[in-house]
Amino acid sequence: MSDENVRIGVFVCHCGTNIGGFVDVPAVAKYAASLPDVAFASDSLYTCAENGLASIRDAIKDHGLNRVVVASCTPRTHAPLFQAVCEEAGLNKYLFTFVNIREQCSWVHMKEKEKATEKAKDLIRMGVARVRLLQAQEESRIAVEPKALVIGGGISGMTTALSLADHGFPVILVEKDGELGGFVRNLNNLYLDGKDAVETINPVIGRVRANRNITAFLNSRVVKVDGFIGNYDITLSVDGREKKDKVGVIVVATGAMEYVPYSLYGYEQFEHVVSLTEFEILCKNKALPKIHSIAFIQCVGSRGQDKSYCSRICCNVAIKNALNCAENYKNMLGREETGAEVKAPVEMKAWEEISERRRRRRGRRGEEEGGEAPQAAPTEALEITIFNRDVMAYGVDHELNYNKAREEHVRFVRYTPENLPKVNMEGDKLVVDYWHDTLKMQRKMNVDMVVLSTPLISQPDAKDLSKLLKVPLGQDGFFLEAHVKLRPVDFATDGVYVCGTAKAPADITECVDQALAAASRAAIPLARGYVQAEALTAKVNPDICTGCGTCEAVCPYGAIRKTEKGVAEVIVAACKGCGCCGATCPEGAIDQSHYTDVQLLAEAKAALEGVVH
Amino acid sequence: MSDFEPRIVGFLCNWCSYAGADLAGVSRFQYPTNIRSIRVMCSTRVSPHLLLEVFKAGADGVMVGGCHIGDCHYITGNYYTEKRIMLTKELLRLAGIEPDRLRLEWISASEGERCANVVADFVKKVRELGPSPIPRDSRLALRLDAATEAAKVFRLRLLSGKEIKLTGEGNAYGEKVDPERFGNILRNAAQEEFQRNLILELTKCSALSVKEMAKETGEATDATLERVVALRSKNLLALSVVEGMTPKYKAIIVGGV
Repeated sequence: MSDENVRIGVFVCHCGTNIGGFVDVPAVAKYAASLPDVAFASDSLYTCAENGLASIRDAIKDHGLNRVVVASCTPRTHAPLFQAVCEEAGLNKYLFTFVNIREQCSWVHMKEKEKATEKAKDLIRMGVARVRLLQAQEESRIAVEPKALVIGGGISGMTTALSLADHGFPVILVEKDGELGGFVRNLNNLYLDGKDAVETINPVIGRVRANRNITAFLNSRVVKVDGFIGNYDITLSVDGREKKDKVGVIVVATGAMEYVPYSLYGYEQFEHVVSLTEFEILCKNKALPKIHSIAFIQCVGSRGQDKSYCSRICCNVAIKNALNCAENYKNMLGREETGAEVKAPVEMKAWEEISERRRRRRGRRGEEEGGEAPQAAPTEALEITIFNRDVMAYGVDHELNYNKAREEHVRFVRYTPENLPKVNMEGDKLVVDYWHDTLKMQRKMNVDMVVLSTPLISQPDAKDLSKLLKVPLGQDGFFLEAHVKLRPVDFATDGVYVCGTAKAPADITECVDQALAAASRAAIPLARGYVQAEALTAKVNPDICTGCGTCEAVCPYGAIRKTEKGVAEVIVAACKGCGCCGATCPEGAIDQSHYTDVQLLAEAKAALEGVVH
Repeated sequence: MSDFEPRIVGFLCNWCSYAGADLAGVSRFQYPTNIRSIRVMCSTRVSPHLLLEVFKAGADGVMVGGCHIGDCHYITGNYYTEKRIMLTKELLRLAGIEPDRLRLEWISASEGERCANVVADFVKKVRELGPSPIPRDSRLALRLDAATEAAKVFRLRLLSGKEIKLTGEGNAYGEKVDPERFGNILRNAAQEEFQRNLILELTKCSALSVKEMAKETGEATDATLERVVALRSKNLLALSVVEGMTPKYKAIIVGGV
């Protein structure tokens, strides 16, 4: 503590009768006046009323106060008000202490006036002990680089980029594939409006390309990120070449991928057993073989099987596909099946695309490719069955679609996780062998095609990115937001945001919702132009620090880094002032401004003053 | 003893338990007046040596309140709080003070009634335990000093700080340490550092022989000798005098942390 002459003012509030009715406020104020370094103490009916505030302002000036204690309600609601008054009177707001004698005294000890009064005195003594040791703090302002990085060029990333660009901010859009569009490019048509997926996404791609504020890099990825909100130094790899830039905010929109149902339900064993995405590709390219029955099996690999969660979209996608099959099946057939004379290149392309997808995966697993475009006997009727555990057609429109599917005689057959259906080949026929839970008997169903509804899973490189950005992944490998309800697109780390299926399985509507939300969140620091940090941050004493790195590891915000000298340094803009590093530092080299060990201990000791048993 | 009124210091985190205590007030849930709370931003701020210092100052009980696990405003702060409290309780036990005088409670901002009940229950418990022996028992006070100093030792703080990473994520090679094994390592380290610091506290004022030290620490003389050797090699203890054939040692006082 400096050798300045400490002059403390204590203002005790009656809060009408809220405090005054249960605590002897004048006696408390009198006691406060007797405490060391207290130059002025008074009580008022309502300290937060204008005359109460004026009395603080006047007392600071008239009595030359350089510390202020207000004993009234709770700092959680009223601290900013009294701090502002201190500042108006020319006193740094960090030279103020709040003592709670209402919520945590008068209101909880309403039948013990004497003891409550003693407690109020103790609490004020603690506040005085604390305020004596407080030091003025400057809140630092850090300029924000008005530029954004969006990682992922799918529907979520493009939407975020467009929204930020429309705000007038330059955006760098990084896409790891050779083209924009992401997962949606695989899809046939989209549920609810039934619109073609590619037709839906192409205008968005066009707008991204045309927007002068957006620089889109294809075949690129983020390889290095340094810094903190407002000041990220990023390094990209674009077509293998390194590219450096500086941005203020980062949005993660890396999307998800399809779970591959290896060795489930005859996948890759029998032709005509395809995954959901493969089925979409077939439909999109009008390359369905002629079939007379089709079965969708839901929850393949999800909900407690390989993956614990529900993938959210597959029920509605299956219903959409069932309706497509029921209403529009003929339009999705390969031309050979419809009697067209020449083998159309599109359907070959679709099967090749699927083969290629499988080959690429298998290449990784060291196997050889086999199988070609399958043929099936043409028939007229199409029987559709959806094997499900529960149909989750949530919301208004999905329920309507579900009802419509039932009207179209789509069969919904329920199975339980204890009795999973089996897919076998009997002769040249695919057979679904299943337990009918309503009839309570084992049944068999001949089908021509089986579609496996597999969940969306996190990207395999999500972990690398999470380490680069110092943001967490949840149990299932998806990015984890700061708060599931209240901060759904923020990370706990300021300046980094998340949207779309990078966070959890979601449909396009939800992805766009989140993308727009993330853009509006990310635009806040960009538009403001600076970030202001509360001066509760940790401080490292570099003379004591040995550079062990323990603090760096426990900081949830990546707000500590090692300097070139090998000692820890707090990144003030990123530090939230929890104090974890300080309590952890093995050398005791870190303390938290405004909540130092000395200040806390002085407060505690004041509480125990005069302990004699 | 019937008129004993426990003095309890509370450390409440700003976001959950302090808010929960506020809600208890707003809802007028009554509880005993014994607790004097200090607001901290996060319960993780409260380090073991700080808690032990509060016991040294004569607290009959100390309560730390944090957000429920998983709800920490600072994401992971309360996981560390939990570890710090476990270590502090271990050090209290070593010092000979009832670990139950320290209580950790998770209280959310919506748990006003729970806050009142928790405080009432803790006051009852401390009342049963009786007044803190520290102001009257100089021997225990000295042991508590030793525990407090042990809590500041690099090794113990490092182990405590790394526990979550090493048992959860694993080390730089991805090897996880079995939590039970880690607990044993930490307890052994706490025991060792406590005993070493007890020797230092004992020899601050007067030089003692190994036998005399062993009598106070309750350890065997050969174990005590090992501690003396370690402390000498760390330059914390020095030979002071040889009386007859008996060497006597004194702590080197270098000024506290």
